[in-house]
Amino acid sequence: MARITLDHLAHAYKPDPRTAEDYALKEINHVWSQGGAYALLGPSGCGKTTLLNIISGLVRPTRGRVLFNDLDVTDLPTEARNIAQVFQFPVVYDTMSVRENLAFPLKNRHVPRDRTAQRVEEIAQLLDLTRVLDRKASNLTADMKQKISLGRGLVRPDVAAILFDEPLTVIDPHLKWQLRSTLKEIHRALDITMIYVTHDQTEALTFADKVVVMHDGAVVQTGTPDELFERPAHTFVGHFIGSPGMNILPCKVEGATALIGNQAIALQRIYRTLSDGERVELGIRPEFARLQTNGTGLPVQIRRIDDIGRARIARVEMSGRPLAVSVPEGISIEGSEAALTLDPRHIHIYANGHLVSGEPIGGHGA
Amino acid sequence: MTLVLEGVSKKIGAAVHIDDVRLTLQRSSLNVLLGATLAGKTTLMRLMAGLDAPTSGRVLVEGQDVTGWPVQRRSVAMVYQQFINYPSLNVYENIASPLRVSGLPKNEIETRVREAAKLLKLEPYLDRKPLNLSGGQQQRTAIARALVKRADLVLLDEPLANLDYKLREELREELPRVFAASGAVFVYATTEPSEALLLGGNTATLFEGRVTQFGPTPQVYRHPHDLTTARVFSDPPLNVLMARKAGGSATLSTGGEIPATGPLAAVPDGNYTVGFRAHHLNLEPPGAGEIAISAVVSVSEITGSESYVHLDASEHRLVALVPGVRRLEPKSAVTAYIDPRHLFLFDEAGRLAATDPAQRAA
Amino acid sequence: MTKTVNNRAWFFVLPVFAIVAFSAVLPLMTVVNYSVQDTFGNNQFFWNGIGWFQELLDPSTELGGRFFDALWRTLLFSAIILLIEVPLGIAVALSMPREGWTVALCLVLMALPLLIPWNVVGTIWQVFARSDIGLLGWIVNHLGIDYNYTNDSIDAWVTLIVMDVWHWTSLVALLCYAGLKSIPDAYYQAARIDGASRWAIFRTIQLPKMRRVLLIAVLLRFMDSFMIYTEPFVITGGGPGNATTFLSIDLVKLALGQFDLGKAAAMSLVYNLIILAICWVFYTVMINVDAERERVEA
Repeated sequence: MARITLDHLAHAYKPDPRTAEDYALKEINHVWSQGGAYALLGPSGCGKTTLLNIISGLVRPTRGRVLFNDLDVTDLPTEARNIAQVFQFPVVYDTMSVRENLAFPLKNRHVPRDRTAQRVEEIAQLLDLTRVLDRKASNLTADMKQKISLGRGLVRPDVAAILFDEPLTVIDPHLKWQLRSTLKEIHRALDITMIYVTHDQTEALTFADKVVVMHDGAVVQTGTPDELFERPAHTFVGHFIGSPGMNILPCKVEGATALIGNQAIALQRIYRTLSDGERVELGIRPEFARLQTNGTGLPVQIRRIDDIGRARIARVEMSGRPLAVSVPEGISIEGSEAALTLDPRHIHIYANGHLVSGEPIGGHGA
Repeated sequence: MTLVLEGVSKKIGAAVHIDDVRLTLQRSSLNVLLGATLAGKTTLMRLMAGLDAPTSGRVLVEGQDVTGWPVQRRSVAMVYQQFINYPSLNVYENIASPLRVSGLPKNEIETRVREAAKLLKLEPYLDRKPLNLSGGQQQRTAIARALVKRADLVLLDEPLANLDYKLREELREELPRVFAASGAVFVYATTEPSEALLLGGNTATLFEGRVTQFGPTPQVYRHPHDLTTARVFSDPPLNVLMARKAGGSATLSTGGEIPATGPLAAVPDGNYTVGFRAHHLNLEPPGAGEIAISAVVSVSEITGSESYVHLDASEHRLVALVPGVRRLEPKSAVTAYIDPRHLFLFDEAGRLAATDPAQRAA
Repeated sequence: MTKTVNNRAWFFVLPVFAIVAFSAVLPLMTVVNYSVQDTFGNNQFFWNGIGWFQELLDPSTELGGRFFDALWRTLLFSAIILLIEVPLGIAVALSMPREGWTVALCLVLMALPLLIPWNVVGTIWQVFARSDIGLLGWIVNHLGIDYNYTNDSIDAWVTLIVMDVWHWTSLVALLCYAGLKSIPDAYYQAARIDGASRWAIFRTIQLPKMRRVLLIAVLLRFMDSFMIYTEPFVITGGGPGNATTFLSIDLVKLALGQFDLGKAAAMSLVYNLIILAICWVFYTVMINVDAERERVEA
C-alpha cells in the first residue's frame, strides 16, 4: 500500500539534455494517493510509457525523485519496489499451470507452502480463475492470460501498486467489457493503488477516478473524467477526450461576445481583451451543440450524417469551418441547411491553447 | 467488378474454418466483415484473394469462375494490421512500387502516386522513409499503395487495430470518402461494432466461420435476424433476458409479470429470448408502458459525457448506457426501464421472432 | 494450409527432381545392388540374397562384431558430444551481450571455427595436440600429465572430443542466442517483478522459449557427430588399435581397405537406416512441440 510521489521528475534518453525538446518527459510534480485508480492518457510518444517505466524502476530518471510513501525508491531496482505490472501482451509462464503461475511470486519469496496455496485460491476466486487452476497457462485465451498476469501481482500481500500498460490491446471488444469491470471490482475490493496507461480515452475515463492527460512529454491536465469532459484545460484535452472530440474554432473575443467570422455568439462570462498576438479559439463539444431545421441559430450547411448506432453525428460547416454535432435518436434532420445553437454554459475560450477563465457577468471588473 | 461467393467452405482436417458462405459483393461497395478474433475473417479474406483455395464452393468474379486461380492472376490488393512498407524506400517509391512492377510509363506512375498521396494526405511526406513516420502515416502509405494499383478487390484486415484511438477515429472518418473515390470492391475486417457503424456500407456478421447476416450496415444493426448477429453487432454487449409469454402477459426471468405489448404482442405463447441494447436501458423515471427491471448496481463507469452502469438482475448481467455522469454506489438497488418497442424477441432456435412493427418500418 | 493449385510451379521443381535422381537415387540403387551380391572383382557378381545383412546384424560373426563395436563407439561419441556441447552452448549464449557493438564482435568470433573445413580442423588439431611438437601436447606433458593420443586410447578420445567441442559449440550457442533474442522484454520485466532468481528465469522463461531451437541444435549435432569421418581419419586414423574407429571409418576400411563391397554396401544401408530412424524421431518430437504450442483451447 503506498502513496506515490513524483518529485521534480524529468527524463531524457539522450545524455546531457539542454533544451526542453531533449526531454522525453518534462518536469512533473505529482502525488498519487494510496488506493486511487489513476490513468495516464495520451497518444503514442507522449511520454506515458517512460513515466510508467520510471515508476516501475525499469528506467532511472535523469532528474528528480520517486517516493513510495516517504521512502525514496529512485535508485531501487524493480524487484525491490513492491509493484506489479500487467503488460500489453499477456505474459504467462508457458510451462506452468495457472496455479503454479499464480504461486510463482510467492514461491520466489519463500512464503510457506500452505499460505501460498490459500492465497492462490483466494485470488483465483476473485478473478474467476478457479475452474482453470490446473490447466496449462499457455493454452488459455488472451483475456484469461491477462487475468493471470494480474493475479500474479495481486497474490503478493505486500504489493503497493499495480501498473497496467495498455492491458486490453489484444482483447476482443466483448471481453474488454468484462475484463474492465473485473478491474474495477478488484480495485474496489482490494484498496490498491492502480495506474493504467492507455491511448484509449474510453478505457482511461471508465477505469480511473483521476486521469492524467499527457501531450509532448508534459502533463496538460489532471482531473476526474467529468472535469476533463466538461472543462478541458487545453485544446488538446478537448480534442483528445470525447468521440468525436471538441470542436475548436478560431474566433475573436470582445467582452462577453465571441465572433466566428461575422457570427456573434453570446458568452456567459466576460473575458479580458485577448490581444491580436494570441491564438484565440472557441471550444464546444458536439454533445452541447443542437441542430434545428427551423428556428433561430447560427446558419450551417449539413455535409454528412454518420449513424453510429445509438446516436448520429452530423458533420456540418459554419463559415467554411467543419464542426461535428451530435443528433440524438428520434430527431430527424433533413435538407442541407440548418440552424445551430450552442449551449452557452459549455462554451470555452482558449488563448494559445490554454483555457481562459472569464469573470462572471455582473461580477467585479471586466 | 462483382465478387460472388457460392457456398464457400474451408476445412482443415476436421476443423471447419469457413462454413458455407454465400455473399454477393457489388462493384464499388464497402463491405465490413464484423466478428470476434478467430471468427474466420482473415480466412474468408484469404479465400476471396485466392491465397487459399476453398474446400468446396465457388468464387465468381464478374460471373467467371475463378476458384483455384492463384492470387497473381487476380486483381487484388491487401492491407494488413501491421504496417507493411518497404523500409528502404521513401513514401513515394512505396506507393509507386506496384506500378513499377507492372511497368507503367513514368508520367502515369507520377500522376497516380500524386493522386493517391493527395487522397490520403501524404503529400508532405513523400520524401520520407516509412520508419520516420507516425503509425497513422505508415498505414496511410500502405493504404495508398493498395489503392494505386486500382485493383478490383481491396482487402483490409483490421487496418486500424494497431493505431492510437484518435488516429483511428480520424482515418475511420476519411476512409469511406477514400473508398467512394475508387471503383473497387472493398472488404474491411474488424472486431469492433462501432467501427462497422462508422464505416457504413454493408456489413456481414461472422460467427464461427458462418456469415450470420449480410446487408446495409444500419439495417443489420437495427434489424438483426438472429440472436448471434445481435450479439456480434453490439458493443457494449447485448443485454439478454428470458421471457415466457402466456396469453396477454409475459413473465421475465428477472422476475415480474408484464403486459405483452410491443413485439411481445405479435408472437404466439412460448419461451423467448429477449435482447436489447445498452443505450435503450435507462434509469430515468419511466415513460408510458415501459418495463421495469429491478437490479443491483455492480460497477458504474463514467466517460465524462455518459455512464455505463453494470447491473445484476437475478442471474443476468446487464449494461445501461445513460447520458450524463451517474455515480451509483455499488450494491445499491435500482430500477431500470426499457421501452418494449426496443426489444428483440428471439425464439428458442435463436431466430428473430418479432421486433416492434413500428421500428421495422423506421 | 493448402495453397491454390498452380501447375506452373511444377516446372520450377523439375530440375531438383532430376538432380536428386542423379545424385541420390541412382547411387543408392547401386548400393542396394551391391548389398545383395558378392564380388571378387573383374566385374563378376554372385547373388547372395540377404546374407550380408544376416551376418552384419549377428554380433557373433566377425562382421557383426566389428559393426556393433563401431556402432556403440559412435553412439558413445555422439552422446558425450551432446552432453558437453548443448549445456556449454546454452551457457555461452546466455553470457553473450544483447546489444551494442560487442554483439557483432561476438558473433564473428563465434562463427570463425564454423567456417574452417573439416580436414583443416583435423590437421590443425593433429599438429596442435602432438606431444612432441604440438603446442597443446607439449604443454600438457610439461605439466606432468602423460599425454599421447597416438598410443593411448583415452587420450585419443579426449583429443577428438575437445576438438569437436571447439569446432561446433558455437553452432549450438548461435542457435540458442537466436532463440533468446526472440523473447520479448516484457517477460524479463515480469519475472523481475515476480522476484524470480536468475535460475528461475532460466528455467521458466529462457529454457521453454529455447526448446525449439534446442531440438534443432541437438538434431544437427547428433547427425554430424554420428557421421563424423574426416577429423578422426586425419588425427587418429581410427586408432590407436580400433579405439576411435567409428562407423564411418570402419565402413571405409571395409569398402576401400578390404574391398568387401557387398558387406560394405549392407553396412552403409543399415547405417543410413539408423540415421533416418533417428531423424524421424526428432521430426515427430518437433511437430508435437509445435502442435502443442498452437493448440489454444477456449
